[in-house]
Amino acid sequence: MDLYSETILDHYRYPRHRGSLLRPSARVVQHNPLCGDVIKLDIAVRDSKVVDTRFLGAGCAISQAATSLLLDSIQGKNIRSLERLTRQNVIDLLGISVSKAREQCAQLGLTALQKAITMLKQKRKR
Amino acid sequence: MQKLGEHIKKQFPIFSRRINGHPLVYLDNASTSQKPRAVIDALSTYYKTMNANIHRGIHTLSEEATDRYEQTRTRVARFLNAASPTEIIFTRGCTESINLVAATWAAAAIRRDDKIIVSALEHHANLVPWQELARKKRARLDIIPLTAELTLDEKRFHTLLSRKTKLVCLTSQSNVLGTVPPLRRMIKAAHTVGARVLVDAAQSVGHSRTNVHALDCDFLAFSSHKMLGPTGVGVLYAKKEILEMMPPYQYGGDMVESVAQRRSTYRPAPWKFEAGTPNIADVIAFASAIDFLEAIGFDAIQQHDADLLSYARSVFANYHRVQLFVPEGESSSVLSFTVEGVHPHDVATVFDVQAIAIRSGLHCAEPLVRLLGVEATARMSFYLYNTRSDIDRAARALEKVFKVFSLTLPRSGIQPLA
Repeated sequence: MDLYSETILDHYRYPRHRGSLLRPSARVVQHNPLCGDVIKLDIAVRDSKVVDTRFLGAGCAISQAATSLLLDSIQGKNIRSLERLTRQNVIDLLGISVSKAREQCAQLGLTALQKAITMLKQKRKR
Repeated sequence: MQKLGEHIKKQFPIFSRRINGHPLVYLDNASTSQKPRAVIDALSTYYKTMNANIHRGIHTLSEEATDRYEQTRTRVARFLNAASPTEIIFTRGCTESINLVAATWAAAAIRRDDKIIVSALEHHANLVPWQELARKKRARLDIIPLTAELTLDEKRFHTLLSRKTKLVCLTSQSNVLGTVPPLRRMIKAAHTVGARVLVDAAQSVGHSRTNVHALDCDFLAFSSHKMLGPTGVGVLYAKKEILEMMPPYQYGGDMVESVAQRRSTYRPAPWKFEAGTPNIADVIAFASAIDFLEAIGFDAIQQHDADLLSYARSVFANYHRVQLFVPEGESSSVLSFTVEGVHPHDVATVFDVQAIAIRSGLHCAEPLVRLLGVEATARMSFYLYNTRSDIDRAARALEKVFKVFSLTLPRSGIQPLA
């Protein structure tokens, strides 16, 4: 069973960055209407850098592990560099190929993160 | 009586398919059924020998196609025990059948402050059209709740009924729980306050005998593809006196009587509801599906469903990490379940690796799944070609789920949002 690698099961059981932030720079709640998976993502940014990020969620191993791995990978990063994150980056983090049906599970966290970045950019314009 | 299960599998070409090296076990019949060779052949025979547009050609092919199309209407009427073939409208599917009623009869009959009642068991197709209509008309939408036993709360239904109730929409069998509401009693009660009743028969029509005369429902909707027929064909049955009052659904060719530059007149029901070229091939092949089911007989099918469900319940109940969602004593053909600490999508993925097709998620019935207090469920649903050994294979896949997820519960895998 390649899909459920040790890494994925580990991040599913022990998700990193779980929780929420008291004063997030941006907060996004993202649903997958197909299966009811949901993620609440908080991100704190200072001087354009990610200083902290947390998520709470309920869903399948793929969506929860992918979010955990994704948040792990963006700590300390400049938010401009996050704009360049692609779906392929998430697949690389997971280290597996997912079926079309599970692709949406894998990308739930990235979708939430992209929305958060858009919110941050809009905030800055104002 | 033909023997069901293994014997009949041979008549469904898809079962020669292997997935991930294993022979296919198909347990997603509440989504759609597989098709017997007879139906597939009818479809290709039509295109090879008879293909033509209907109701307008003088030539031989057009006449043959028209005959077969209209014969199917007669076949469906007899199958449902309707009073006349003119009570049968062909649509694209069950969802369109329900939307047709919402856009025509209900749009004219339902006014501000009127009441529409639906049950908590409905899937989206028999809920969302009524939400929209109620919003547009400023009518009220009431929901018949579930009891703790996962059946409909009939007492509450009676208190919801009033002279303001214009329409009651009920499923004949829940696609998540298998619950079968007491339709005859509920329809009778609705009629005493002058309400019309629409039955969504999609889940039951291929599993048990449907008799619209005995039910006395005003509308009944279903699709062909869950009862061995092709996709893209739905049926709406409506009582003749209602059909005659209903305005047309869509406008265009085939539904008109005569057309002048500025005004047209329309054909009588059911043809005024079938604008444009219909799904001729699939309608004609649908007749073969009905023939196939009736040759077997619904007594045999129901017996087979009941045997599989009770076997699956007893096998799956052995696993203490598994929770089953099914009313006590109900004999349907669906079994929803969850595995403690494992999301249903992950269950379905592990099953799929073993070539076992099950459904996972919200089953197009989000409010109902939420009522059960879970994020989603996994669902096995059976039909006449399934066997006890299919269920044994599912049980082995379930053990594989335990193994993959190492039986330990995730510390924070499935948790509600804080």
